[in-house]
Amino acid sequence: MNAKRKKVISDNIIWLILIALVILMSIANRNFATMANLKTLLTGEAIKGIMAFGVAFAMLTKGIDLSIGAVAALVGAVTGGLVQPVDLATRAFPGGAHLAVPLSILLGILIGAAIGACIGALVAYTHIPAFIATLGAQLICRAGAKMVSNRPVSNLPDAYRFMGSKQFFGIPMIVIVFIVIAILAWFILKHTRFGMSLYALGGNAQAATVAGINVEKTLVKVYIWCSVMAALGGILLAGRSGSSDPSTSGIGYELDAIAAATVGGTSHSGGVCTISGVIAGILIMGVINNGLVLMGVDDNMTNICKGIIIIGSVIVDMRKNIQKI
Amino acid sequence: MDDKYILEMQDIVKEFPGVKALNGVQLKVRPGTVHTLMGENGAGKSTLVKCLIGMQPVTSGKIRFKGNEVSYKTTQEALDAGISMIHQELSPVLERTVCENIFLGREPKKGIFIDYKKMHKDCIELFEKIGLMIDPREKMKNLTVAKMQMVEIVKAISYDASIVIMDEPTSALTDTEVEDLFKIIAELKAKGVAIIYISHKMEEIFRISDDISVYRDGEYITTDVAKNLTQDKVIELMVGREITDMFPKKHCEIGEVVLEVKELCSGKAVRNVSFNLRRGEILGFAGLVGAGRTETMETIFGMRKRTGGKVYKDGQEINIKSPEDAIKNRIGMLTEDRRGNGIVGILSIKMNTVLAHLKSYGFPVNAKKMAEDTKAYVERLGTKTPTIETPIGNLSGGNQQKVLLARWLLTDPDILIVDEPTRGIDVGAKAEIHTILSELAGMGKAIIVVSSELPEVLGVADRVVVMREGVVTGCLNREEVSQELVMKYATLDKSMQKAIQ
Repeated sequence: MNAKRKKVISDNIIWLILIALVILMSIANRNFATMANLKTLLTGEAIKGIMAFGVAFAMLTKGIDLSIGAVAALVGAVTGGLVQPVDLATRAFPGGAHLAVPLSILLGILIGAAIGACIGALVAYTHIPAFIATLGAQLICRAGAKMVSNRPVSNLPDAYRFMGSKQFFGIPMIVIVFIVIAILAWFILKHTRFGMSLYALGGNAQAATVAGINVEKTLVKVYIWCSVMAALGGILLAGRSGSSDPSTSGIGYELDAIAAATVGGTSHSGGVCTISGVIAGILIMGVINNGLVLMGVDDNMTNICKGIIIIGSVIVDMRKNIQKI
Repeated sequence: MDDKYILEMQDIVKEFPGVKALNGVQLKVRPGTVHTLMGENGAGKSTLVKCLIGMQPVTSGKIRFKGNEVSYKTTQEALDAGISMIHQELSPVLERTVCENIFLGREPKKGIFIDYKKMHKDCIELFEKIGLMIDPREKMKNLTVAKMQMVEIVKAISYDASIVIMDEPTSALTDTEVEDLFKIIAELKAKGVAIIYISHKMEEIFRISDDISVYRDGEYITTDVAKNLTQDKVIELMVGREITDMFPKKHCEIGEVVLEVKELCSGKAVRNVSFNLRRGEILGFAGLVGAGRTETMETIFGMRKRTGGKVYKDGQEINIKSPEDAIKNRIGMLTEDRRGNGIVGILSIKMNTVLAHLKSYGFPVNAKKMAEDTKAYVERLGTKTPTIETPIGNLSGGNQQKVLLARWLLTDPDILIVDEPTRGIDVGAKAEIHTILSELAGMGKAIIVVSSELPEVLGVADRVVVMREGVVTGCLNREEVSQELVMKYATLDKSMQKAIQ
């Protein structure tokens, strides 16, 4: 009985930490546990969350993706630029290039998929570490974004901003998108052949090959998924604020997304990841961000807290895994 | 206190979540003796010694070493106290030299710098003492597995420990190195060092053991002087029942040719290998380590690049470039390296079972059917596990092997290749695996068994192909085959080979 209770606690420790944090923050500041603040918190974390679902897949296969923030900036700049009013003087594409909003968004997703396919092919076929491949991709995509426009891409039309800034029966659209993606990611991991091969690939790539899993193709798909999530993040990011600055948009998002996935128990040595864990990770980072701001704690202290949480969560996680073996 | 024993372990209990690995086990070792631990896989031998050296904490029990009660928390503490261990799985640092590996973590220093000269000299001294011919400056990765194992052994004894634990030390060694090891053991004994020895090889155990302790399913059975025991007696104690037939070969109808391999080549490892395989037939592959048997199978299965030759299945030429292609052509392969490319240790038994068969579960995957299939094979093969959600890494070697066998049976292959199917597996599970192979052949499957254990090949196979240095040197029928004949073909020198061809 005691052992069983211990196991329940150890399996759900991350949610217990989240609950403890929420209680703590609610006591410390009465503005924390309000509907309005909850909306602010979720809207603030949703984009990083979507990108965390992307990068978690890469981490599950022992990889990483450092390019997602830059991909978001590039896609935000391109899709935003294509839907800016034609008569705007500061257009990103001064000529005539203009697309209807749905087409532009579709193009953005395709650009994401193409970038992901390139990264995936590099990682799968040349066997260079994902860290290097995506670090290079980060520099290239950031430069690409700045080449699209050297000033913020602004005056984005309402239709484009629908997903990023509108509400649906009082729920921000951005949160709905986040929930839909979470369900999609969960479905892929738990209920598709692709998802199951990811666990095998991360756990023992050679064994996966021998069992008939096409490791190269699977890796390409993983990075496509990851970059598409980044592209979606870029569109939401531009939509949320109504403009997208190629030189600052999405900066640091890759690290926040990786941090959230890590806190959520996604192992950097591959083979371990749950969507519920990643969600908890995102919410923990969000509660700390939001709660400490409400309490008037300065930015540096907030980052110190986040740093400690990230390191601490990995220590706890590794101890758990050592005991298992 | 009893002076007679250098080590006494009493009432040792070790619990893992859901499993009691050791249940009140004891072990008493006299100084200057070889004390062998025997038992089937999962009996708890490895767990017991891991508890001793602090790799795993004991749940309860007493350990007395040299008369003092001890409890080591790390292997380093155990080493400092004088207990060293040669592990079953090698853990060399491949990119470093032999010398650096031996002195890893205790390099001789000159000030703050490592004294490479002294390290080198000490290393040569160690090697000379036992007549080992290895250059200490060679990088570890350039050694054969057997040589790596010898280095690991030298490392373990170089600590001047008073107890040396050897867990399956000979599994990767060739005969001459086994002899070297036995010489080392004799020297250690003469110095009063006690050796705790774990092995499945009966002959060697009776050659070197003084005392034998037998365990079964985490329980202590008995300890006796080796002289009072016989092989049959030990096996009976280990499995708790008599094994009537180690190789229950059934007669099966042998049908048409399913697989034909012609002039198969893969680099230098496989050279112009030709053979055919019939429905209902078990084809054995014998040869010394490095004869190219595994490489041949890997080439057929698409794990290794084919540089020449053709493969036909049911008369049609097939072009296999990856294991994925092989599985599509209904070929399965249980690989030699269980941990390296067999199991995915952190995943459940269920996931490991269905891994090669994922395509058949549809979209979205039918999780219920996965569980049913897994349960069916756990029952059919008698896999010992608390649940099908248990990570496969928690199981013993024999049970892991059964899960992997289930993985391939689930794909319902026409041709099943099994490479060293019973390596490091206890006698009970061995006989079970032989039975399964024989049954499969009876169902009309074609089976290739690669094994370094001659009795196994001769026991299960209908025909035996013998290889040497990447070349097929002979093919023998069941009626004519004998250990001597196989060894003759396996060690043929090149001039004789040409004469035959």
